[in-house]
Amino acid sequence: MVRGITLKDSFRETSLFRARAILAGTLTAVLLLLLIARLLYLQVGQHEHFTTLSQANRVNIQPLPPTRGLIFDRNGVVLAENLPTFTLEIIPERVTDIPATLAAVGELITLTESDLERFYVELKRRRRFEKVPLRFKLNDEEVATIAVNRHRLPGVEISSRLSRHYPWDTHTSHIVGYVGRIAEPELKSIDTSNYAATTHIGKVGVERSYEDVLHGKVGYEQVETNARGRALRVLEHTPPIPGKNLHLSIDLRLQVAAEEAFGKEHGALVAIDPQTGAVLALVSMPGYDPNLFVNGIDAETYRALADSPDRPLFNRALRGQYPPGSTVKPIIGLGGLETGTVKPNDPVFCRGYYTLEGDSRRYRDWRKSGHGPVVLHDAIAQSCDVYFYDLALNMGIDKLTDYLRHFGFGERTGIDIVGEAAGLLPTRDWKRRVHHQPWYPGETLITGIGQGFLLTTPLQLSAHVATLSSGGKRLSPQVVAAIEDPATRHRTHPARKPLEDVPVKNPDHWQRITEAMADVVHGMHGTARGISRSVTYRMAGKTGTAQVFGLAQDEEYDEEKVAKKLRDHAVFVSFAPVDDPRIAIAVLVENGGGGSAVAAPIARKVMDRFLLPSPEDKPL
Amino acid sequence: MNTFTDTPATALWAKRLHLDVPLLVGLLLLAGLGLVTLYSAGGQDMDVVLRQLARLGIGFGVMLAVAQIPPSALHRWTPWFYGIGLAALVAVLITGVIGKGAQRWLELGVLRFQPSELMKVAVPAMVAWYFAEKPLPPRLSQVFWAVVLFLVPFALVAKQPDLGTALLIGSAGATALLFAGIRWRLVGYAFLAFIPTVVLAWLYGLHDYQRRRIITFLDAESDPLGAGYHIIQSKIAIGSGGVYGKGWLNGTQSHLEFLPERHTDFIFAVFGEEFGLLGAVLLLAIYFFVISRGLYIAINAQDTFRRLLAGSLTISLLVYVFVNIGMVSGILPVVGVPLPLLSYGGSSLVTLMTGFGILMSIQTHRKLVNT
Repeated sequence: MVRGITLKDSFRETSLFRARAILAGTLTAVLLLLLIARLLYLQVGQHEHFTTLSQANRVNIQPLPPTRGLIFDRNGVVLAENLPTFTLEIIPERVTDIPATLAAVGELITLTESDLERFYVELKRRRRFEKVPLRFKLNDEEVATIAVNRHRLPGVEISSRLSRHYPWDTHTSHIVGYVGRIAEPELKSIDTSNYAATTHIGKVGVERSYEDVLHGKVGYEQVETNARGRALRVLEHTPPIPGKNLHLSIDLRLQVAAEEAFGKEHGALVAIDPQTGAVLALVSMPGYDPNLFVNGIDAETYRALADSPDRPLFNRALRGQYPPGSTVKPIIGLGGLETGTVKPNDPVFCRGYYTLEGDSRRYRDWRKSGHGPVVLHDAIAQSCDVYFYDLALNMGIDKLTDYLRHFGFGERTGIDIVGEAAGLLPTRDWKRRVHHQPWYPGETLITGIGQGFLLTTPLQLSAHVATLSSGGKRLSPQVVAAIEDPATRHRTHPARKPLEDVPVKNPDHWQRITEAMADVVHGMHGTARGISRSVTYRMAGKTGTAQVFGLAQDEEYDEEKVAKKLRDHAVFVSFAPVDDPRIAIAVLVENGGGGSAVAAPIARKVMDRFLLPSPEDKPL
Repeated sequence: MNTFTDTPATALWAKRLHLDVPLLVGLLLLAGLGLVTLYSAGGQDMDVVLRQLARLGIGFGVMLAVAQIPPSALHRWTPWFYGIGLAALVAVLITGVIGKGAQRWLELGVLRFQPSELMKVAVPAMVAWYFAEKPLPPRLSQVFWAVVLFLVPFALVAKQPDLGTALLIGSAGATALLFAGIRWRLVGYAFLAFIPTVVLAWLYGLHDYQRRRIITFLDAESDPLGAGYHIIQSKIAIGSGGVYGKGWLNGTQSHLEFLPERHTDFIFAVFGEEFGLLGAVLLLAIYFFVISRGLYIAINAQDTFRRLLAGSLTISLLVYVFVNIGMVSGILPVVGVPLPLLSYGGSSLVTLMTGFGILMSIQTHRKLVNT
């Protein structure tokens, strides 16, 4: 025990160590009590706070998308439906070698460069256990091929989800429109919580204007999730409320018949039930396939559509603004009677042109030789321009525009499809405001025959003629007849924009105009008498020509020489049967020349289809 | 001096195997609680439990084996162990530099040898060895050399970088020095010297991730999804456990995988969530009992070497427990220190059980001496 110079003092060392050991024991107790104090703070003091955090940690709310409402025509034909589509998806965490798996899949089904590109972009954005879509819209054969090879493709899955589909593609494109993926700017205008699980939104047409009704209400699932967000079990389930179905007043058979009647021509047709304002057919030719837009259209296809000279994406019925031409004459004639400007039997002598006092300019009639002495009835039936130059001049532009305003010129009809154009009703004020010029009397003349500044859409034309047919009743056209709850089958009718009826001074005036229009078709000299052959009902109509470009003084308009796209538009408005109007139609054929030759036969075909029982009337 | 009041039969059996029954009971209780918690933390995977059971078996086997070695032999071998450990640490450092990356072990054929684990025992043993024959309290020069003895391996391990283990090695050496009776005045000076050392270490000695961990500890909420995530989630686990806990197998934090490293360093968060404050107090009481027993053995040890070694090995256990629970409950920064006998893992368990084996050896190889 003894070593070195200093002696070890065993007793002293033992007691020194004992003191230190006791101190260490005390320190141990203090430190462990410190830990207990900390645990008291966490588990008692802050218990509630941490319980909340732990709940928030584990419970996750997952939104469930509602099923979009279906769209039917008036006979129950489905125009917009939800079809299961198959998507090939990859779950990254179950795949050991992603490029190898993609290569293997690529040998079984076609994968394009853009598929792969989009996949890798999505792959980075999603979590390891989340499905990343690789290919959309697999066909049955592809689904089968993948299914057979699934054993050697771990992490590759086929999922089906509902995708919007339009079985009548081009036929309904300008009515129903389409849905597409929700875009950034749309996020600002929608209730994002209700769209939490929704990927698509109505972009145009009924799909857009009835978005609120079609969409439904989002459901929720309270899900217990782990730290990586993977759902483990459902704690609470609030099912989504599906969107409501829409029943359109559109008759698909009529719609298809109208399109067939157009043949290769471009233009628009709107057919309305004048009693209800229900739209029976709404055609804008050409149409396009709305299915292309549902899951994203590729740039090339889109450019082809958007840049096409045929302008298939342009809804001519709603947005095309054309001079109404002579189709406005019955209304102006009615205005002349109702305002007391003319009497029914006051004749005007037509010598083929009209001049204003102190002006050498000749305002020509379409018939160079003139119509001779004409009264209002003949002026309408034969579409005498000189009569209406005179009438317009006598009425004056202010009275004239006031009367046209009653019919809704220059005002949106209020149809339940967004994007409708308002047309243009020129007035003195308008001219001063926009052109900084006074109104010239010559402009009054050409307004009288529906040319000049006056612009209308085919939809407006159809509404005007419907109003004319129903004795002044104005109804804003609607394509949706009923909204149906898919669960209860309970139907409601969408609200309609109320319109003021045209004031009627003397019903006899209206009757006279109708008779004159009937003679347009049925009269000896009617401009549309060509379509009256073998017609079994009485129809009233009015032809018109919408000028595409103005003619210089003394210049002759020669249809043959003018390039097709510079040719005048053919217009025809009509309703039938005359005594009990059930259908009012406006037709516009772009570059069709005169209204009688091209536009009127189309209207006749649609009316026949609608009014006459046909052997083809079996459900589509 | 009588040892403990055992029943004669147990005493005989324990004496033959050189086991200290109270220490053994404490350790078995801890191991049992560990397995129960691990079953829950591992998502009720029996495989994890069985693997840990196998490790515990090895650990207790090592303890039993070490307990048979008389302390005098340990005393003789200490410089060798220390030397080998130091050389191995240098070797690890060199291969680490060559391999350009953190390295903590040496590949010896099939065996993976982690010298820092050896040093957890070898360093306090070496300090104890150094003071064994010297009159105590030590002189200043002796204190200096003792500090060198533990500071060199501390620095080497910290450099690996393994701050947790370095801390345990350093504290074991420092504890041995304290038990040797170093004067408080010197402790005071050391403490004063400590502050500039910390500043220097912060500026030059720490790796970025270590610095980040400390910053994170000081303000966990600043980075809730990054480095602060561990602390926030474990505090949520413990806090939501409340007084009585959510019940065994009912901890949502651990079962839904919000808790990181829940079977290893953060197992206490699982324990706290499922067994609450009451369970935690019980667990800490068992640790206190084991530490007390270790100090009792140290006090009753028969020479300086044994006393210092037993004392510092016992306090190592305290450091483990305090640092681990302190870190999991958010009062200490996150350093990789396991919770003794509860955390899942092999090498540190073997080291720990070696330490307990030494304690048992010291307790059971006593000659009856009349003082």
